[in-house]
Amino acid sequence: MHRYIPHTEEEIKQMLAEIGVSSIDDLFVDVPKTIDGYKIPESKDEFTVRKAVQGLARMNVEFEPENVFLGAGIYFHHIPTVVGHLASNPNFLTAYTPYQAEVSQGTLQMLFEFQTMMCELTGMQVSNSSMYDGASAFAEALLMAARINGKKKMLVAKTINPEYRTVARTYTKPAGITIDEINYNRSGRIDVEMLRSKIDDDTSAVAVAYPNFFGIVEDLKSLRELIPENIVFIVVAEPVSLAILEAPGKFGADIVVGEGQSLGVTPNLGGPGIGFFTTLEKHVRKMPGRIIGQTKDVDGKTGYVMILQTREQHIRREKATSNICSNQAYIALLNALYLSVMGPQGLKEVAWRSYNSAHYLADELAKRGFKRVFDGEFFNEFVVEIPISYREKWHEMVKDGILGPIPIDRVYKELGPSALVCTTEVNTKESMQRLIEVMTK
Amino acid sequence: MTIFEKSVKDRKGYELPPYELSDVGCNLPEHLIRKETPLLPEVSEVDVVRHYTELAHKNYSVDRGFYPLGSCTMKYNPKINEDMAALFANLHPFQPRETIQGAINLMGELKDLLCEITGTDDMTLQPAAGAHGELTGLLIARAYFEDKGELDKRRKVIVPDSAHGTNPASASMAGFDVIEIKSGDDGCVNLEELKAHLDDTVAVIMLTNPNTLGLFEKDILNISQMAHEVGAVLYYDGANLNAIMGRTRPGDMGFDIVHLNLHKTFSTPHGMGGPGSGPIGVKAHLTPFLPTPIVRKSADKYDLDYNLPKSIGMVRSFYGNFGVMVKAYTYIHTMGSCGLKHVSEMAVLNANYLRKRLSRLYKVAYDRVCMHEFVIDNEDFAKKTQVKTLDIAKRLLDYGLHAPTVYFPLIVHEAMMVEPTETESKQSLDTFADAMEKIYEEAIENPEVVKSAPHVTPVRRLDDLTATKSPIFRYKK
Repeated sequence: MHRYIPHTEEEIKQMLAEIGVSSIDDLFVDVPKTIDGYKIPESKDEFTVRKAVQGLARMNVEFEPENVFLGAGIYFHHIPTVVGHLASNPNFLTAYTPYQAEVSQGTLQMLFEFQTMMCELTGMQVSNSSMYDGASAFAEALLMAARINGKKKMLVAKTINPEYRTVARTYTKPAGITIDEINYNRSGRIDVEMLRSKIDDDTSAVAVAYPNFFGIVEDLKSLRELIPENIVFIVVAEPVSLAILEAPGKFGADIVVGEGQSLGVTPNLGGPGIGFFTTLEKHVRKMPGRIIGQTKDVDGKTGYVMILQTREQHIRREKATSNICSNQAYIALLNALYLSVMGPQGLKEVAWRSYNSAHYLADELAKRGFKRVFDGEFFNEFVVEIPISYREKWHEMVKDGILGPIPIDRVYKELGPSALVCTTEVNTKESMQRLIEVMTK
Repeated sequence: MTIFEKSVKDRKGYELPPYELSDVGCNLPEHLIRKETPLLPEVSEVDVVRHYTELAHKNYSVDRGFYPLGSCTMKYNPKINEDMAALFANLHPFQPRETIQGAINLMGELKDLLCEITGTDDMTLQPAAGAHGELTGLLIARAYFEDKGELDKRRKVIVPDSAHGTNPASASMAGFDVIEIKSGDDGCVNLEELKAHLDDTVAVIMLTNPNTLGLFEKDILNISQMAHEVGAVLYYDGANLNAIMGRTRPGDMGFDIVHLNLHKTFSTPHGMGGPGSGPIGVKAHLTPFLPTPIVRKSADKYDLDYNLPKSIGMVRSFYGNFGVMVKAYTYIHTMGSCGLKHVSEMAVLNANYLRKRLSRLYKVAYDRVCMHEFVIDNEDFAKKTQVKTLDIAKRLLDYGLHAPTVYFPLIVHEAMMVEPTETESKQSLDTFADAMEKIYEEAIENPEVVKSAPHVTPVRRLDDLTATKSPIFRYKK
C-alpha cells in the first residue's frame, strides 16, 4: 500500500476475480521478465524525501534578487504574490491539453488572452499558445521561414543569444538549411554592410535580436528597408523591453519570437520558461504549435477551441509544420497573470526602471574605468571592458552575495576581456554601489 | 467575459517600491520608442483573482476527478513535488558552477536513476517534452549514421500505423523518410510486413511498447534482433512506460534509444499541456552524440561535460525544464523500487478491470489481457445507433467525468482509448463504468440526449469549423 495508490488487498482480489485471472503475474504473461524491481533506493516517507531534497537545495547559493546583475536571456524581476498563488490552482496545474473544449474553457480562454497580450506587445497579428523556450522558438522560426519561401539560406545576426544560435543549428541541419552569421559593428548593432552583401536570391530570412545579446537596440526600421519584401524578417524580442521599445510589428517583421521568462516566471535554472511565437495572418498556416481561437457554442454562447489543427502532428503526421505537442501552457498562464497584474503602466514602469538603472550603472562604471565596448543605444544590458582578473573576481563576488556581470569573451573571443551587465527594476541604488565597490576592489 | 473587457482605464493591480534614482533621460532614437500603449488589462488585484479563479472553475483536472486519457497517463500529481521544485526556483542558469552544485547533483542522480529504470548507459535531460525527446533521439541516430558514413543510404524511419502522430512528425523533422507499416490482425507489429521493409536503408524503427492499443509487443526480442541484423537503431517511445516498471526495461528488450515523459510516468503535472520533460537515454554506442552539456560523474563528483565533439549540439537552451526534473526526482524517491513496480501492477490491474467491466456492453478492440490501457471500438455501435464515439465522449462530461482519448489510435475507427492509471480506486473505475453503461442505454433509448451532449458544461458543443474557417486569433476592442 502506498498513499498515492488506493488498492486494498481485498479489492485487488475482487478485481482479479472480475478479470478472471488468479494473480497479478497473470496480467503480465506477455512481458519478458528481465528484472525484479530496480537497483534504486526503496521508498521513503514524505519527511525523509523532503529532507533529502532540501539538502540538495542547500548546496546551491541563492542570491537576493537586488544583487543579481546577470541576465543574458534569463532575468530576475519582481513577481507579484498573486501570480504564484493563482497559478497553483489545481484546475490549471493538473489539467491536460484542452482536448475536450467544453470542460477546458478556463485553459482555452486563458491562452486566447495570452495570445492577445503577446500580439499586443509584439505588434503582430497572430500568436500561438507557446513553444518550449526562446531558443527552440527561434529555431522553429527559421524552419517556418524556409516553408514560407522555399529557400534555405538564413542570415542570422551574431548578436542573437549564443544558446539560441546553437539550438537553431541543431534544428535546421537536417533540413539542409545553412546559417550565415552576420557580424556586429562598433555600435554593437548588426553590420549592415556585411548583411547587404550577403543578401541574394537564395536568402530565406534575416534574423536579429531586439534588444540583442549585448543589450543594443537594433534599428529595425532601416533593416526592414534594406531587406527585400520576399525575405522573411525574424525578430527575437525581449518582451519586457517592448513596453518602451516600438513593437517589431510596426517595422514589418514577419515573425517575432522570444523567451517569456521575464514575464512573471522565476528563473528555474533556465527552465521551465516559455517560448512565444507570433506572426502575420498571411503566414499562419505555416506556423508551428497550438493556436486557440474564439467561436460560439450551439446556444450562441462565446467559447474557445484549438484551431487550424490540420497543421499539427496529430492530424498531419509527417507533413505537420512541427512535431511539437506538449508546450509550456502553464507558463503562458504565469505570463498572462503577470501581464494582467502589471497592466500597461506597470510593465512600462518595470521596463523604464530596468532601462534607467542600467544607464545609471553604465555611467558609474565608466567613471571607474569600465568602458562600454559598444556605443549603440542599449536597453537594460550593456557590455563593459574588464581586466583579465575579473573572471576570478566574478567567482569571488559570490562571497559578497553578488551574482555579477557574466564574462562573455569565451563566446565572443574577438571582444577581449568583457562582461555583460544587466539591471532590472529589482536592483537598488545600494546594490549597484556595492557591485561597483566589489568590481573596483 | 475576457479580462480585457473587465479593464477600466487607470485601474492598477501592481505596486512597486519607491524608485531612488533620478531619470537619466532616454537616448533612444524617436522612431524606436513605443507610441501606442499595448492593450493590456487595467484591473485591480481583486479583479485578477476573481478572473483567474473563475477560469480555473471552468476546467476539469486530475484533482477534480477521473481523467482516463489514453497514452497520457493522467495520474495524481503529488503536492510535495511542487514544494520541492520551488526550492530551486531562484537559480540563474549562468550562475558560477560552484553555486549550483545541488542542482547539478540532482540532475546527475536523476539521470542515474532513469538510466537504471530504462536500462540505458547514458542520458540527456535537456528535451522539454516527449516530442522534443523524439526529435533529439532521431538526431542522435542521424549523427551516428553520419559518423559511420551510412547516412546517405539510411533514409528511412519505420513507424507502425498505430504510432503517436509525433513519431512520423519527428522523423520528418530529423530529415528522414517515414515508412508506415500496417499492424497485424492481433494489433501488434506484423513481422512479415516489417521484414518486407527491413534492409540497410532503414535507419530507425520507432516503437511504443506496450503499443497504443495497450498490447505488449510480444515479439519484441525478435524485432530487436531483426533491426540489429540490418544495422538499424531501435527507438522506444516512452509514452507507455507506466505499464512495465519493475519487470522489464526498454534497454533489456534491445532498444537503443529510449525516451521518457516525466510528465506521464513520473507524476509531474501536465499544466494544461506543458511544461513536460522528455529525457533521452541511449546505449553506449550512441553516447558520443548526446546533446551538450551532459551531467557526468568523474571522481565521485557530478559535473557538466561540454566536451562532446560528436554531439548533435543543444536542443534547448540551458539544461531543459529543470523544475520538472526536481518533481520527478522527488517522485522516484517517494516511490522507490518496489513502489514503481507496484505502480505498474496497479495501472495494469485497473485497466484490465475496467476493460472487463466495459466489455459487458461495449466492444473492446483486440479483447484480451491488456497492459495499462485498452481501446474500445464503437464502429458497429455507431452504425446501429447513429451515436458516435464523439457523442459518448461529450456525454461523459455531463456525468462529471473526463472522456478517454478519442479517435486514436487511427487503426481503430470510432476508437476510445482508456487509461485509468494506478492512482484511481475501484470506486472511481466503477463510477466511470456505470456512466458508460448508462450512456449505452441512453444511446439506444434516447439517442438525442447523447448526440446533443454535453448539456451541463460551462459551454456546449462548439463550432470548430467556423473557428478554423474564419479564425478569431485574439481579442479586439
